[in-house]
Amino acid sequence: MSMAQQAEPAVSPPPAPGPKQSDGRTVRRPLALRLLARPEVGVFLGAVAVMVFFLFAAPPVRDGGSMANILYQSSVIGIMALPVALLMIGGEFDLSAGVAVVTSALTASMLSYQLTLNVWMGVVVALVVSLGIGAFNGWMLVKTGLPSFLVTLGTFLILQGVNLAVTKLVTGNVATDNISDMDGFDQAKALFASSFDVAGVQVKITVVWWLVFAALATWVLLRTKYGNWVFAVGGNKESARAVGVPVTFTKISLFMLVGFGAWFVGMHNLFSFNTVQSGEGVGQELIYIAAAVIGGCLLTGGAGSAIGPVFGAFMFGMVQQGIVYAGWNPDWFKAFLGVMLLGAVLINLWVQRQATRR
Amino acid sequence: MTDKTPGTHGSVREDTTPDGDRPLVELRAAGKSYGNIRALHGVDLTVHPSKVTCVLGDNGAGKSTLIKIISGLHQHTEGEFLVDGEPVRFSTPREALDKGIATVYQDLAVVPLMPVWRNFFLGSEMTKGPWPVRRLDIDRMKKTADEELRNMGIVLDDLEQPIGTLSGGQRQCVAIARAVYFGARVLILDEPTAALGVKQSGVVLKYIAMARDRGLGVIFITHNPHHAYMVGDHFSVLRLGTMELSAPRSEVGLEELTNHMAGGAELAALKHELAQVGGVDTEELPEEGDLQTPAAATPEGKS
Repeated sequence: MSMAQQAEPAVSPPPAPGPKQSDGRTVRRPLALRLLARPEVGVFLGAVAVMVFFLFAAPPVRDGGSMANILYQSSVIGIMALPVALLMIGGEFDLSAGVAVVTSALTASMLSYQLTLNVWMGVVVALVVSLGIGAFNGWMLVKTGLPSFLVTLGTFLILQGVNLAVTKLVTGNVATDNISDMDGFDQAKALFASSFDVAGVQVKITVVWWLVFAALATWVLLRTKYGNWVFAVGGNKESARAVGVPVTFTKISLFMLVGFGAWFVGMHNLFSFNTVQSGEGVGQELIYIAAAVIGGCLLTGGAGSAIGPVFGAFMFGMVQQGIVYAGWNPDWFKAFLGVMLLGAVLINLWVQRQATRR
Repeated sequence: MTDKTPGTHGSVREDTTPDGDRPLVELRAAGKSYGNIRALHGVDLTVHPSKVTCVLGDNGAGKSTLIKIISGLHQHTEGEFLVDGEPVRFSTPREALDKGIATVYQDLAVVPLMPVWRNFFLGSEMTKGPWPVRRLDIDRMKKTADEELRNMGIVLDDLEQPIGTLSGGQRQCVAIARAVYFGARVLILDEPTAALGVKQSGVVLKYIAMARDRGLGVIFITHNPHHAYMVGDHFSVLRLGTMELSAPRSEVGLEELTNHMAGGAELAALKHELAQVGGVDTEELPEEGDLQTPAAATPEGKS
């Protein structure tokens, strides 16, 4: 599934007594065609096209600072799009991913503020809560056999309500209190929400995290047992179980990975804005899912990559900011999103047909 | 082939294995009830190394229940199930696999979108390196998969292609090669030829013979007596959950097997009905005596 792999020939020289022969039924298609058939390449070209378009249509985009901003926007979507994409390859999706981000931030913020703890305490508890939500989603799914749509729709509604109600109960307000003067805040901010200087341009650290996570996810997906299992449970759960893949473990851990992503983005939001609005996050889950789908992950599972969603998220960030820089009505963003999504789905469908044609 | 001994029809004959080796898998009067439904009753089955045991039967005859017991998906509720002479009771397919009993299901063999080599090693991947950077040994896996497939006579141009692009027969063969490679001693094939064309079935039958020649005991489940007779060493016919016939190849002919499979008694009755309806030239149909085997005349069987 990787671009690196296809360089080497799959058939090694004949070790067996039988002479090397081919079944003569596969015709090697030209390299360009084979590359184009890969969804990651398609979305990469799409992202390049969108970037070139805005470089012309919106001159401010050409500025380094704007580019850094676009990358920042992309990274906040992209960090979450990665685990969402892995989960999707594993055959499930998570509608609660958007509000789970806010839940995580609220937990850390309110816990540290109300109990006057070091913020790291809140950060750790938030991680436990986020992983717990993921584990709950996965466990419910595996135990009940319900579709992930229903299970995570339930979690989505629960979290949405809990976010608002508990915040109001604890703070008497719709937002949490400012925690910027608390112990450990600066350390945590350095990790989750700092900036650094690259040739006079301030780049947010989330961009680095995004690319590090993407590289890690790619490696895990293509080069480890676990990655193999992810593809297998998404592609055909029953087959995977029959050959001894731990399906339950794989599914639950994928949901927990989404929990981890939600925690990370939640911490970023908390430490860059100091407070959390309890009603936020609704609708974000669809952005993540869309980025993953545009990045070439099959909604039905079993195919996709970690690098595709990186380009998918970049495309989103580019369009979102590009529209602003071009001085257009930002409402166009959602319309554009829809068009990109449909286009990507059609391409995916075509790829799947190619792959399963007998 | 025409070695018919009408006197012993229907009785379960002794399987006279010449080399007298110990059976790998043995069922003794095994049965399975689901609540008050008796799906399988009093079934004897032995699987020897380098022998193909064919289990034939119509839909609902209990073939699936039988393989589910042996492959560890279900447990038997009566009789005995022995592996290497030891009574066993599997609770998961993994336990059966650990005993060397591998099942190749008709549809559940592979993950279509994954490359051939990944499918080959799925669930038993080769890895290298210490833990935090433990990774798949892709070169070794590809090389091994290619070797093993070639040993089974399967030549593929590109192991990187999704296994879904292979034909049904090829996929079945990859699944068989995989089971052989992972140390299966007993191979259960659940209707491997049911969804295949004539030529593809031939390919699969060839690999069954090849697996047998490599010393595996094969349980070949089918409802096609012709396919069974091509490779089988012992034939067991199930009907309504009981053993209707159990005979070595030397004591049963294809014709007799076909009759058992076709359900001789039902056919005879059907012929009678057709004659009454009229419009069907019953003279053209086979004689009632040919259709009706003594075993079929006592439908419940005796075992």
